Amino acid sequence: MVLLTRKIEFSASHVYHNPNLSAEENRQIFGKCNNPHGHGHNYTLEVTVAGEPDPTTGMVLDLKELKDILEREVMQRMDHRHLNYEVPELAGQIPTCENVARVIWQLLDPKITQGKLHRVRLYESPELFADCYRNGANPAVKR
Amino acid sequence: MNNAVKIELGRRYRFSASHRLHSPHLSEEENCRVFGKCNNPYGHGHNYVVEVSLSGDVDPATGMIANLADLDAFVQCEVLEEFDHKSLNEDVPAFREKVPTTENLCMEIFQRLKNFPRAKLERVRVEETGKNSFEYAGDNQEGNRP
Repeated sequence: MVLLTRKIEFSASHVYHNPNLSAEENRQIFGKCNNPHGHGHNYTLEVTVAGEPDPTTGMVLDLKELKDILEREVMQRMDHRHLNYEVPELAGQIPTCENVARVIWQLLDPKITQGKLHRVRLYESPELFADCYRNGANPAVKR
Repeated sequence: MNNAVKIELGRRYRFSASHRLHSPHLSEEENCRVFGKCNNPYGHGHNYVVEVSLSGDVDPATGMIANLADLDAFVQCEVLEEFDHKSLNEDVPAFREKVPTTENLCMEIFQRLKNFPRAKLERVRVEETGKNSFEYAGDNQEGNRP
């Protein structure tokens, strides 16, 4: 099996606020991420697809196709958007790195039909990222 | 909650420390041959990067596997305060016996962080320089991700 990774960057804003908690609790849990006017990040997304290279093309999947899927599913939805207000898939969720990564996994998984989605890694900053894997999948591809 | 997906949280920390690679079980000449310039008697230093990966359920109320403030405080207390701007050989008891290679350092940091109460520690990855990095997942085979 071969793993292929493509990286894209997008910029978006968000705010962490749970309407079921008091203002005080929100401040205490979310700290400066609770600033009511929100703030933003340059996100880096790494999408890894696993598969066997096709004997004819030598490709796990056509990179152009992966690029188009990422453009449609991620860039058009999230780039230069406010994640709380403009991305319906995140409605009712706190747009943490964990939740945004999971939504991206859910958007991409059904669209990737050549090879299989293996990992989604979303960096909110160079110091913070979330990884998504298929649960229960055999982590067979080891170093 | 979608259980088809396993989510991990990764966080990177930095500290600077000195070390000297030297084994009391080897002769001077063997130490010099095995460890090369890392055996220089006065030691040398690195800017280390520690990457910590956690897994667990995402709390629907917070959207988080673990609150970063809790994780930061734990790593600060268990690792950074004891390692940053220190000599690993002289100031960290574990390395009075063991050679402070980054392999051993990675395992020591895993041991120190594995009891983080808010989520499961999946693995620790340590970059000694931009060119060398090491990972340890303990007995946790799931932690050995590509």
